[in-house]
Amino acid sequence: MSEYRIIAEVVFYLLIVLTVAGAVLAVTARILIHAVVGLAVTFLGVAGFYVYLGSPFLSMMQILIYAGAITIVLVFGTMIGYTPRQIVETKIRDKNLRLALPACLVSGVVLCSAVVTAGLGTMRQSGDTGIADIGKRLLYEFSLAFELISLLLLIAMVGAMVIVGGQEERDAE
Amino acid sequence: MLSNGLQVYLILAALLLAAGVYGLVQKRSFIGMLISIELILNGAGLNCMAFNRFCSPDPAIGQVLTLFIMGIAAAEAAIGVGFILAVYKRFRTIDPTRIFILKQ
Repeated sequence: MSEYRIIAEVVFYLLIVLTVAGAVLAVTARILIHAVVGLAVTFLGVAGFYVYLGSPFLSMMQILIYAGAITIVLVFGTMIGYTPRQIVETKIRDKNLRLALPACLVSGVVLCSAVVTAGLGTMRQSGDTGIADIGKRLLYEFSLAFELISLLLLIAMVGAMVIVGGQEERDAE
Repeated sequence: MLSNGLQVYLILAALLLAAGVYGLVQKRSFIGMLISIELILNGAGLNCMAFNRFCSPDPAIGQVLTLFIMGIAAAEAAIGVGFILAVYKRFRTIDPTRIFILKQ
């Protein structure tokens, strides 16, 4: 095993720690901004995994869309909706925790045990794909889905504006 | 070699899903719920990419699928924050426990 492989392995372990720590921070932080920061760390960790999975392009997209756009939107929502006093989440109620822990444990344990017991041996890895191939696929093979998702984004954008902007006129009437 | 195994990625995706479910049930703010949904969607994307790398005969399909997941997540975040703003304008608070107009 050459040094590069060893370094890659160490970085991989760091990414695992980073991703899990970010996810835990995102769901347990009492202050919402801290939760958003944890989420951003998780996004960056997942972007690192995409590099290991042979797609630097998707890694860049992950950083652009998730770590860039969605994080900013969430920070915006946090800052506009909460006064500083409200940013600190109030005490977690026992009822919520009683429901949340079993739901989390069941989904996590069932899926992890399924993965472990499935007996997935070492598998062959497919080669890397270039951006050119993905672009051609998007415009030929998946052109319908591509157009539909652009339509979906347009509808979501217009819908968000209607939901937020329409309220004032109705209040004024 | 941990980074060459399918299991590691699947278990990580399962952990992301579990964290997301925990946050979704336990959080008492709309933003917190949105954060949890993003975690779940990220787990789905990681799963897609892992299966694409190790099981798919054609490595481009999973990447296209993951791109679509990202697009839908972006639309969902926009709508979610739009809802939060609308609720804030209407009720002057976004504490879900204090918005109970349907109960009255």
